[in-house]
Amino acid sequence: MGFFVEVLISGLMAGVLYSLVALGFVLIFKASGVFNFAQGAMVLFAALTFVRLLDILKDTFAPITLALIITIAMMIMLAIAIERLVLRPLVNQPGISLFMATLGVAYFLDGFGQTLWGSDIYTLDIGIPKGSIFIFESIFEGGVLVAKEDLVATVIAGVLVVTLAIFFQKTRIGRALRAVADDHQAAQSIGIPLNYIWVIVWTVAGLVALVAGVIWGSKLGVQFSLSLIALKALPVLILGGFESVLGAVIGGLIIGSGEKLAEIYLGPYVGGGIEYWFAYMLALGFLMFRPQGLFGEVHIDRV
Amino acid sequence: MFYREAGQFKTSYKADQAVFPIFQDKIFVAIWLFIGFVVVPMLASEYMFRAIFIPVIIMALAAIGLNLLVGYCGQVSLGSGAFMAVGAYAAYNFMIRVPELNPLICFLLGGLSATVVGVIFGIPSLRIKGFYLAVATLALQFFTDWTFSRIDWFTNYTPSGSIAVQPIEVLGVVFDSPIRKYFLCLVFLVIFTIIGKNIVRGRIGRAWMATRDMDVAAEIIGIRPVYAKLSAFAVSSFFIGVAGALWAFVHLGSWEPLAFDINLSFSILFMVIIGGLGSIVGGMLGAAFITLLPLFLNQLPVWLGINISTAMISHLEFMIFGALIIFFLAVEPLGLARIWQITKEKLRLWPFPH
Repeated sequence: MGFFVEVLISGLMAGVLYSLVALGFVLIFKASGVFNFAQGAMVLFAALTFVRLLDILKDTFAPITLALIITIAMMIMLAIAIERLVLRPLVNQPGISLFMATLGVAYFLDGFGQTLWGSDIYTLDIGIPKGSIFIFESIFEGGVLVAKEDLVATVIAGVLVVTLAIFFQKTRIGRALRAVADDHQAAQSIGIPLNYIWVIVWTVAGLVALVAGVIWGSKLGVQFSLSLIALKALPVLILGGFESVLGAVIGGLIIGSGEKLAEIYLGPYVGGGIEYWFAYMLALGFLMFRPQGLFGEVHIDRV
Repeated sequence: MFYREAGQFKTSYKADQAVFPIFQDKIFVAIWLFIGFVVVPMLASEYMFRAIFIPVIIMALAAIGLNLLVGYCGQVSLGSGAFMAVGAYAAYNFMIRVPELNPLICFLLGGLSATVVGVIFGIPSLRIKGFYLAVATLALQFFTDWTFSRIDWFTNYTPSGSIAVQPIEVLGVVFDSPIRKYFLCLVFLVIFTIIGKNIVRGRIGRAWMATRDMDVAAEIIGIRPVYAKLSAFAVSSFFIGVAGALWAFVHLGSWEPLAFDINLSFSILFMVIIGGLGSIVGGMLGAAFITLLPLFLNQLPVWLGINISTAMISHLEFMIFGALIIFFLAVEPLGLARIWQITKEKLRLWPFPH
């Protein structure tokens, strides 16, 4: 039983990390209807920028803060550039064209980040505690082994989700974002500037990517494969629903725990490595019952 | 004046239903066939066959196949690499397990296996729509990647997991030289293009297009979505499966599961989008563009005499590729096929505008 809980918890925590990436997708899809495949590349770009700036600025008085500020500035510039160069010329195009355009952005960012900062594997250490601790020792014999960095990541992800929720529900900009998400034309007609909103949304997605990049980067090292975690976040996304922040979180938890449990308990029977596709099959199974994901909006077609 | 259809009257149903109703189109097609079958084999070098013509032709076949699904039936699929893999591995297994079979039959059987897989993984499309479906098709992509690298039976228990094949032999002719391979692929492409073109202008194709434009409305006017969507998946995956078998046996010769990974799926989708959704000729143009672009970008620094490291070149290649994709989508969202169409319309008057 203790082992089961251990696997479950490690799965849940991996799931939190997936939902961090999925969150960025959801934010952009909600506000602009763009299926942003470049989120993974943004994670890589943000993490690379941050880790290299840390290295350059390591002799200054506050390297982490400075690097953070500059990285955030770069993500804002990136958001503006994407809005100007990609979204504006492609306005009113079908979703698939926009999706392909974000694939182009992903290619560009992958290349640009590595041209600018090099393509080695960089270790990122911003003081997240390493090592493991035992918890629940009173409940299970021998306790449950949990990595400290996962705990920290979970706390950060939780804070991020709460912050985003408050931002969306309580602030003026958040309300404008929700209005745009509901209906572009209606939002525009009451005087919400769409282009400005898109810049904000892509900035927020960039910041989420930065957080995800720092956490993933300190776990795995900052390297090209960070860009591929977008593929890990996709099943989370369709499981939770494209339009729901809550869906991204819950979807992440389901996918993360399901994946780990399947690998441990099912994997040995079929030759292992099923983590690779299990998440997708799980999400596909869910979709057969709820085609719009768990918390996605139901679209009613009119003829 | 070069492309004026004035004066070409259709006096019979047969003329009205011709594949190329306009005389100039027939000439164009004839010229292209002449170039493909006579001019290119006379002029091209061995390197050009291997690096340019053969991959472009096979990819054109795959892109036409995917275009039937995405462009005509409106079901976005990110799993075309998986269908190619199924086609390739199925053809391989038919070939080694039933050695007396003609290799061409094996290719078609590979395509049929891809059809079966396509229909099974097309079933979710009856409930799932849009991007949800696109992501769901990735399930197939990852599942086949895993299957062909983990289950040794498919690779005939080769220790490294990679497969090497001999040049295929059909009726005593061994397809070992690039020019023979080229002819083989070209014949495949021509036959499948004719099939594809005729499917999309017939009843099935119209059912697909109605489903694409609005599936609920299509259902109301009497098109059964089950048949329309699943037949699109079936035909499309057959095309892509055959293309996969050709890609593996004729172009690669030896391959491992990674040859059919998600990047291949994305590049076929790029070909379809850049070429033009819902256009057969678009699939070919897109395939040529996407296959040649990396070759061109790779050679560019050499031609310009700039000396940069290979890592740098590959990063720059990524950047330029991405930027060009965005540029193309922004300038001509309907793809190269649309540019071709505009050219034809201009040629109606040019060079005498009055």
